[in-house]
Amino acid sequence: MAQPLAVEARGLEKSYGDLTVLAGVDLTVHSGTVYGLLGPNGAGKTTTVRILTTLLRPDGGQARVAGFDIERERKSLRRNITLTGQYAAVDELQTGEENLIMMGRLRGLPRPDARRRAGELLERFDLTEAGRRRASTYSGGMRRRLDLAAGLVVPPSVIFLDEPTTGLDLRSRQGMWQVIGDLVSTGVTVFLTTQYLEEADQLADRIGVIDGGKLVAEGTSAELKSQVADARLDLTLADRATYDHLHRTLDDRVVHTDPARLVLGVPTDGSARHVRALLDEIDPNRSQVNKFGLHNATLDDVFLALTGHPAEPSHDEEKEPAGV
Amino acid sequence: MSSPTLALPTAAPAPSRLADWTTMIGRCLRVSRRNPEAIIISLALPIMLMLLFVYLFGGAINTGTAYVTYVVPGVLLLCAGFGCSITAQTVSHDLNTGVIDRFRSMDVSGAALLAGHVVASLARNVVATTLVLVVAFLIGFRPNAGLADWLAAGGILLLFMLMMSWLAAAVGLLTKSPEGAGGFTFFVSFLPYPSSAFVPVHTMPSWIQGFAENQPITPVIESLRALLLGLPVGSHPLHAILWCVGLLAVSIWLSGVLFRRRTG
Ligand SMILES: Nc1ncnc2c1ncn2[C@@H]1O[C@H](COP(=O)(O)OP(=O)(O)OP(=O)(O)O)[C@@H](O)[C@H]1O
Ligand SMILES: [Mg+2]
Repeated sequence: MAQPLAVEARGLEKSYGDLTVLAGVDLTVHSGTVYGLLGPNGAGKTTTVRILTTLLRPDGGQARVAGFDIERERKSLRRNITLTGQYAAVDELQTGEENLIMMGRLRGLPRPDARRRAGELLERFDLTEAGRRRASTYSGGMRRRLDLAAGLVVPPSVIFLDEPTTGLDLRSRQGMWQVIGDLVSTGVTVFLTTQYLEEADQLADRIGVIDGGKLVAEGTSAELKSQVADARLDLTLADRATYDHLHRTLDDRVVHTDPARLVLGVPTDGSARHVRALLDEIDPNRSQVNKFGLHNATLDDVFLALTGHPAEPSHDEEKEPAGV
Repeated sequence: MSSPTLALPTAAPAPSRLADWTTMIGRCLRVSRRNPEAIIISLALPIMLMLLFVYLFGGAINTGTAYVTYVVPGVLLLCAGFGCSITAQTVSHDLNTGVIDRFRSMDVSGAALLAGHVVASLARNVVATTLVLVVAFLIGFRPNAGLADWLAAGGILLLFMLMMSWLAAAVGLLTKSPEGAGGFTFFVSFLPYPSSAFVPVHTMPSWIQGFAENQPITPVIESLRALLLGLPVGSHPLHAILWCVGLLAVSIWLSGVLFRRRTG
């Protein structure tokens, strides 16, 4: 028998009026793995998550999550998953503990069990002291942790995390990574979305890159990186005329440009032989290249190569994840 | 599609739907208790209006009884209306934050969610109207009602508050933001004026009289007034109950439709 699948989606489509948000998305996530859906603002990440969690009906396509059909077996499906959405879903006027007890009760735990479970989760998420305070007094990172804990009162088989770290500072983000990494060791399947390449790289076993309503690439982080050259040779050129001339003659082979610093990048396998050959070819007179640097491919390069535009939002574009 | 997924365990015990209802009611009551500002706001305005009417205008309005006694039913309704506009806002708030997606992904029904808001709304209204009555007594409200009259008046008031709470829930579902839902306040603060709440209808221009005689607030007020003053009630309670039950049914139905529309 094949490995059980936690998520299996074929041809998901969704439009709002003229706007096509998903144009046929296929997804396969194996149980016990972390899948990262990576895409820029408006790529359709939340839409995908809402469809898979039965909150939104697709216009076309079908999917099974935790073994249940998203249309025909909604109730069983909902009982086996949890969703921690992009916008915090905690009651500010309740304490952290009360929020968790409430979730336990809604998940069918008797009150004493719900209370005990809340205590365990507060401890595990480093919120024991804050547990008796109202959630309105929490920092962004604490709120996110509480939100995540709320999805774990009864261990689900698939956890959906929609942009779990957007809007958090670096420290809180690293804290969340730790927490999510720990989750995986409990055997649960995690489906997360992110705008951050680094996050997908850190957390996900497999990564799907979504852009313009389609999955433009899919694979492990290493596989994706190998879709572009392993490495890039960045050449700092002597002057503007040389830069323009080489840009024209190398044409398609240029994979990176930085006109302000007169840098052109070309793909290489990184070996000394290949680098020497490239330098000899591009600069036979040894006068046009001032410096060179070797740059190992990152997911950023992959994203750029696949979609034609950079992935990461600039930092001041980031929005606060908390709701109103 | 193949389904090689039988091996996955069913994680959660089958949840009891009754626990959903009690949990959601508990949630809304607790949140209400922590937001006393809301009750104070819904109290302050009706009480100020009562004082204003009694001390400033009361002398000029001839109602056949002490003006405060005349005006109390109207103030009670106004108070209930303001209390319900908070309900519209809290419902709207839930629908505009991540809360709604979480509850739905946990299979909590819309009915349980809204029932939580409605029960909390009733509780807030009972507290607020009781406080209004206390103030009314302090400034000279002297009803002439037996226990049965009080119970009947309380029942009609409760029915009215239930109807207004569901109507507020529908408004909360209809509006795009809690601020928009707050506009319900404007609507409820306007309704009692063209009724017998503050002045007898026969003193109004004739073109308003037709509306004032036949709008739902008037039979409710007339019933409360007759019951509290020990006057003959006539057909007012029947009209009041028919109006309230009718509007209640429409509001519940509308809430269901709007909830389904909002949550796809
Ligand atoms: N209810 C809706 N009505 C109309 N358009 C919508 C609706 N919901 C989403 N969209 C549009 O669909 C597109 C995809 O939205 P979605 O929320 O899935 O993106 P996302 O990848 O989650 O983006 P972000 O990173 O900003 O959260 C966006 O252009 C958005 O404006
Ligand atoms: Mg999103």
